[in-house]
Amino acid sequence: MIRSDILRDIAPVIRDQLVICNIGLPSQELHMIDDQPSNFYMLGTMGLASSIGLGLALAQEKTVISIDGDGSVLTNFGTLPTIANNVADNFILLIIDNGSYGSTGDQPTYAGRKTSLAAVATACGCETVVECAGEEVKATLEAAIASAKMTVIVAKCESGNIKVPVITKDPVSIRDRFMEAVRG
Amino acid sequence: MSIHARIVDDLIANDISFVTTVPCKQLAGVIEEVEARPEIAHVPANKEDEGMGLCAGAHLGGKRPAIIMQNTAIGVTINTLVTLTQFYRMPLPMLISYRGELREPVACQAEMAVHTKALLNQLHIPTYHFHKGDDVEELDAILKYTFMCSKPVAILTDATFWGGY
Repeated sequence: MIRSDILRDIAPVIRDQLVICNIGLPSQELHMIDDQPSNFYMLGTMGLASSIGLGLALAQEKTVISIDGDGSVLTNFGTLPTIANNVADNFILLIIDNGSYGSTGDQPTYAGRKTSLAAVATACGCETVVECAGEEVKATLEAAIASAKMTVIVAKCESGNIKVPVITKDPVSIRDRFMEAVRG
Repeated sequence: MSIHARIVDDLIANDISFVTTVPCKQLAGVIEEVEARPEIAHVPANKEDEGMGLCAGAHLGGKRPAIIMQNTAIGVTINTLVTLTQFYRMPLPMLISYRGELREPVACQAEMAVHTKALLNQLHIPTYHFHKGDDVEELDAILKYTFMCSKPVAILTDATFWGGY
């Protein structure tokens, strides 16, 4: 399973949730698979999907799912202690860990070698950390939403990309329709 | 009233209810005051770009955010300011300790101080410099301006403003 397979699998689960989606291919794939006003696509700023998601979860009551990548979490490692110490039970961090920087040509990340992001998240103090295979993400995510407990999911999958168009939507309109979905 | 309480009163009067901070010695008093106020959710960040991500999320959630940080952070956050805060047109008041100005004891701080205003200028970020104690009188208007125009706005506060180092 590669990232786009997981996104296709979970699309029916996340379409009614607030989603902050990581820069590059993850956003482009989700945009192509199931564009929703409740998706906030990051067009820049690698690493901040988890921070934006946590800020949003702390600011309002609806469930927030940040779809992140192993490379992006490695870029913003400081996010994990912040998440652990500012518990928002409406927040789920889904790290799609394919062991590579997918958007830049599948260069290997350290998460695909010795570093376990699940172990790091646990060491940072995150209380509910689940590592699962790509095939199990949908069920794991459904359970996390139902649990109403802040959850970090590390979804291990294969490296690989599909051909997708870039997102040409205006960032201000992406933000505006997303904020309307938050209020709605 | 202390200058710290005065500043945080202005934040609260402008409905700012989510504040993220990365500490600086000069900002210790104001950070302590932010932490003490029940009207404000205080989320300390490990790095300033992370803090700006948190603020962006709070804004999407309908809250008015602010970040408190040192001027060295301008070097850390340029990409975030440009590709997140500015690109998506989000408001962000930035209360910044302006280290490396008059009365600074640490030479290295002057190295970033000489670039601070030039970088903010290059980024087209409205910038206000608090040097004398009375300059704080403008804070309320600066905060209103920030949310009116939905831009990141810098408030540089130097050692003279804080009454020495």
